[in-house]
Amino acid sequence: MDTDLSSQDRKDLDKFIKFFALKTVQVIVQARLGEKICTRSSSSPTGSDWFNLAIKDIPEVTHEAKKALAGQLPAVGRSMCVEISLKTSEGDSMELEIWCLEMNEKCDKEIKVSYTVYNRLSLLLKSLLAITRVTPAYRLSRKQGHEYVILYRIYFGEVQLSGLGEGFQTVRVGTVGTPVGTITLSCAYRINLAFMSTRAGEDNGAVYPSVEDSQEVCTTSFSTSPPSQCVFTVTKAHFQTPPPVVTDTLKVPVMGLAFSHQLSSSRLSYQPAALGVGSADMGYPVLFAGGLHAAHPHQLIGPGKEGGVPPIPSQPAHGTQADQERMCTPLDGVHYSAATPSSSEDTETVSNSSEGKCGSPHDLLETIFVRKVGAFVNKPINQVTMANLDIPFAMFAPKNVELEDNDPMVNPPDSPETESPLQGSLHSEGSSGSSTGNTHDDFVMIDFKPAFSKDDILPMDLGTFYREFQNPPQLSSLSIDIGAQSMAEDLDSLPEKLAVHEKNVKEFDAFVETLQ
Amino acid sequence: MNCRAEVLEVSVEGRQVEEAMLAVLHTVLLHRSTGKFHYKKEGTYSIGTVGTQDVDCDFIDFAYVRVSSEELDRALRKAVGEFKDALRGSGSDGMGQISLEFYQKKKSRWPFSDECIPWELWTIKVNVVNLANEQERQICREKVGEKLCEKIINIVEVMNRHEYLPKMPTQSEVDNVFDTSLKDVQPYLYKISYQITDSLGTSVTTTMRRLIKDTLAL
Repeated sequence: MDTDLSSQDRKDLDKFIKFFALKTVQVIVQARLGEKICTRSSSSPTGSDWFNLAIKDIPEVTHEAKKALAGQLPAVGRSMCVEISLKTSEGDSMELEIWCLEMNEKCDKEIKVSYTVYNRLSLLLKSLLAITRVTPAYRLSRKQGHEYVILYRIYFGEVQLSGLGEGFQTVRVGTVGTPVGTITLSCAYRINLAFMSTRAGEDNGAVYPSVEDSQEVCTTSFSTSPPSQCVFTVTKAHFQTPPPVVTDTLKVPVMGLAFSHQLSSSRLSYQPAALGVGSADMGYPVLFAGGLHAAHPHQLIGPGKEGGVPPIPSQPAHGTQADQERMCTPLDGVHYSAATPSSSEDTETVSNSSEGKCGSPHDLLETIFVRKVGAFVNKPINQVTMANLDIPFAMFAPKNVELEDNDPMVNPPDSPETESPLQGSLHSEGSSGSSTGNTHDDFVMIDFKPAFSKDDILPMDLGTFYREFQNPPQLSSLSIDIGAQSMAEDLDSLPEKLAVHEKNVKEFDAFVETLQ
Repeated sequence: MNCRAEVLEVSVEGRQVEEAMLAVLHTVLLHRSTGKFHYKKEGTYSIGTVGTQDVDCDFIDFAYVRVSSEELDRALRKAVGEFKDALRGSGSDGMGQISLEFYQKKKSRWPFSDECIPWELWTIKVNVVNLANEQERQICREKVGEKLCEKIINIVEVMNRHEYLPKMPTQSEVDNVFDTSLKDVQPYLYKISYQITDSLGTSVTTTMRRLIKDTLAL
């Protein structure tokens, strides 16, 4: 099969697929950052924009994607997947979508690689831009902030859809036939957005009503958040290790094939300055610095008519993209290469040093899990850790307390198992661990302490009075049994009473005359 | 050559007409626009870069991506604005349709004028509904947002069938295939027209032709 493809075409095709995969990841991740994306059109080709589309490269995302690919390309049975998940500040997490870039065996031998395939890949990227805005996760990601954050994970290999729950829906973004197979890009997204297992199986209908249901289930509300930034977190397994190791890739040999599992997801959320992390420490502007991809895209140069003139190799890279709108201070350690045609596909700018400049992921993640103790919660003040201690009505908090250790509202459930290397997934276990704790928090018993009442003045205080007043004994005449009994007696005694009254008619008449 | 025709239908409130139409038209044009061609010697050309930007709707729970070109946006807004005004006009039952047609020009010899051959036609049928209270409007915001998501998926599905597209032209013929009047992007030649259905059910055809620099008519 490949013998029909010239070596140059094969080389070009591999490069197109590789950079298409990288751009796909960028589009998906950037669409889940939670902010509006805007890039400029440029009438003059810059020589750096793959597929003639202005898609910025977040270096860390590219780095993660390359680590996941590990030099391989999507092929039959080897798909590149981007998993988008949601994680609340309480530690509950849920997979929202899986974007899959797959290859099947259906080949199109007649298609022109350097022209038609390239243009169709460009069209597919445009479709991806459009589709990433219509799945439910887009609206969720736009509202991420204090209550929840959106995470992404890239993996290569078999597609894992089990974390999406029952009744997930799929949307196909598009396909592009190539001489070595057909590239397919699709998205499977969850429609049941409930965290708790008790709600499993419900809400398999429309997508947006499910979002409303999840608001009822989650203890936090989805609110509009400030623009998100791309921040890296360290996994639970790495909490106790000092930064700045931001991401960790573990190669887990499975069935003789090596897969790269991203253990720590880059958390796409904004950390406001109130939590002690200023934007300067976030590293987000840093992420764009030196974001130029020096694996130079082809300057697509074709003939006047449809056909195949091999493209002319690309031009040397520049330090910044022409359409870069953010701060573009090159980082130390960012390498720029003057590309030559032979080396263009291998040299890259990888701002590895930027990973160390993403602030303090450990601190950031700790602050995410701060749990405010709400009013009337049956907790002593001094056992609330890392929380805001300004509890309303603190003087009315009861003195006998439960063990703090059992309260998931103070200690978010640890989920080291979910993020261990062998699990390879960030979902499911964390939520199940917290579910039992949360059921106890549905109802909180409190002592009724009316305002301004004190125990030591009267034997019966105001609260006792209220309770008794609101629960008085029932009137005997209103009792059904007594009423029924007296009614029967009355009816039986009625004739006798009438006879007695008839005898005393004269007395009654005299009484009436005295009144007149 | 047969013209590929796609029809989309939406029911919207009056104030949602503009945003809904722009969302659909921009999504179609995103797929039907390229970077500017720069022809070089020996019949080769390079292509500019198309930027994109997110647009949030004010009256619909919806967001879409459009090409970063203010000229293109202005042209679409002008057409949609006229359509919206016509819908509001007297005699209208709130029903109409707006069409986006992509065409090629075929040079004809004198004395015949150039022929415009459509190759793709997108028609959006609009039904304007009147709502009684704020609660209905809120529901409408969400429902129309969901419907537009479905329309975007439909559009993408059509686009990725990879059916007929005009051949890439030589420098002398580029104006027969692409609209080269914009300075930053280059959509395929297109025109927008609309029809309003009045209360009697007859259609009043109002065609608005987009100015093309070299359109001549005898």
